[in-house]
Amino acid sequence: MIHVENVSKFFTLHNQGAAEIPVMAGASLCVARGECVALTGASGAGKSTLMRMIYGNYLTASGRIMVGEVDVARAAPREIIALRRRTLGYVSQFLRVVPRVSTRDVVAEPLLATGATRAEALAQAETLLARLNIPERLWPLSPTTFSGGEQQRVNIARGFAYPYPALLLDEPTASLDPDNRATVLAMIGEAKDRGAAIIGIFHDRMARDEVCDRTLDVGQFTPGRAA
Amino acid sequence: MTPLLEVENISKSYGARVGCTGVSFDLYPGEVMGIVGESGSGKSTLLNCLAGHLCPDLGAVRFDTRADGLHDTLTMSEPERRMLGRTDWAFVHQNPRDGLRMNVSAGGNVGERLMAVNARHYGDIRAAAVDWLGRVEIAQDRIDDRPAAFSGGMQQRLQIARNLVTGPRLVFMDEPTGGLDVSVQARLLDLLRGLVRDMNLSAIIVTHDLAVVRLLADRLMVMKDGHVIETGLTDQVLDDPQHAYTQLLVSSVLQV
Repeated sequence: MIHVENVSKFFTLHNQGAAEIPVMAGASLCVARGECVALTGASGAGKSTLMRMIYGNYLTASGRIMVGEVDVARAAPREIIALRRRTLGYVSQFLRVVPRVSTRDVVAEPLLATGATRAEALAQAETLLARLNIPERLWPLSPTTFSGGEQQRVNIARGFAYPYPALLLDEPTASLDPDNRATVLAMIGEAKDRGAAIIGIFHDRMARDEVCDRTLDVGQFTPGRAA
Repeated sequence: MTPLLEVENISKSYGARVGCTGVSFDLYPGEVMGIVGESGSGKSTLLNCLAGHLCPDLGAVRFDTRADGLHDTLTMSEPERRMLGRTDWAFVHQNPRDGLRMNVSAGGNVGERLMAVNARHYGDIRAAAVDWLGRVEIAQDRIDDRPAAFSGGMQQRLQIARNLVTGPRLVFMDEPTGGLDVSVQARLLDLLRGLVRDMNLSAIIVTHDLAVVRLLADRLMVMKDGHVIETGLTDQVLDDPQHAYTQLLVSSVLQV
């Protein structure tokens, strides 16, 4: 489902003497349907960078990133928008929302964007919020004032609202208590069972061992590391 | 899929000064494009050229008309262009006073655009006005008040209602949240997002506020000195800017 072939990436910092910082070279990775692969490596090795490149959030200098039929490294913005709407989900570490929008609407939004009726979308949102132990009295409120763990769970509910065939998870179990952590791991397992291809970053080794089929050390793609 | 709008090589100079030059892009149905840049970068000139308020020196602006497909709006006859301005196009000004009739009631402001497309039944027009005031969260009992008696945020929402009542397909917005305080901005952003999604609107939004484009726009165009220097997916341009000026712009935003 996801095929990353020989990709590279560098940042050019024009306002700091045009410094060129190579951050990735020769990265390759394949993830089949129903498989979960964990990205590992030290902080700064490029785990999040690779994930952002697959999501189209960072540009790719060379190589191919196939997600389904689309090459994210070369696709036009509107192809990536369509891909993100129906194929590729992403749970980031931080929730970014329009202020004043209720938690229920934040979670329902990906479903509304794919043409679900308002009633269906809200029902699904409520099911997920209840499952992730967000108290019902918080549903009409904006998540901007929630605690870190609550925001993270809202973020996960939103990321799992639509059954994307490919999912990117950046630290989905960070800042969660044991019960909620187990719920999230169960949800990842269910996504695998329905055939989703998943790439995750997990600092929590127990969580990683529980849901991931294999790991990939991103450190091997860091340029100049061997030197 | 046919683009809703095809913009080709738009250039406009004010004498020796360049307004904007060599701008080309396609906009597809349902897409929201943001145009950012500092004051004087040419973004408003470009928007006014696209919307037919200014005549560019060069280029073409082709719109997918309902009657006969892609059609250059710059060579269209004046009546055709006016009709477009009343039906499929809408323009939301930064200052609501430029887009509203200040001495006509709120209901009248919304109804006027309907009458321009030949609505004549008073009851229907009034009902549509009530419906739209509700959608933009203006209380029904304010329908007979003049916009002069409204707050800035209410005026801006009324301007949006007046523009969207005819079900346009393309909306031009010039700093729609400028001049509003932040709590009102958030409310307006939320409203605009819902309307764009529910009506499958395409929009071109000019702003200098990067937070506004991140929340509203799918795609982003960065302008400097009349040139487009960078384009792409909004979050990609903001998170991985390539051009020196875009990097400066993104890194200059104050963190709250």
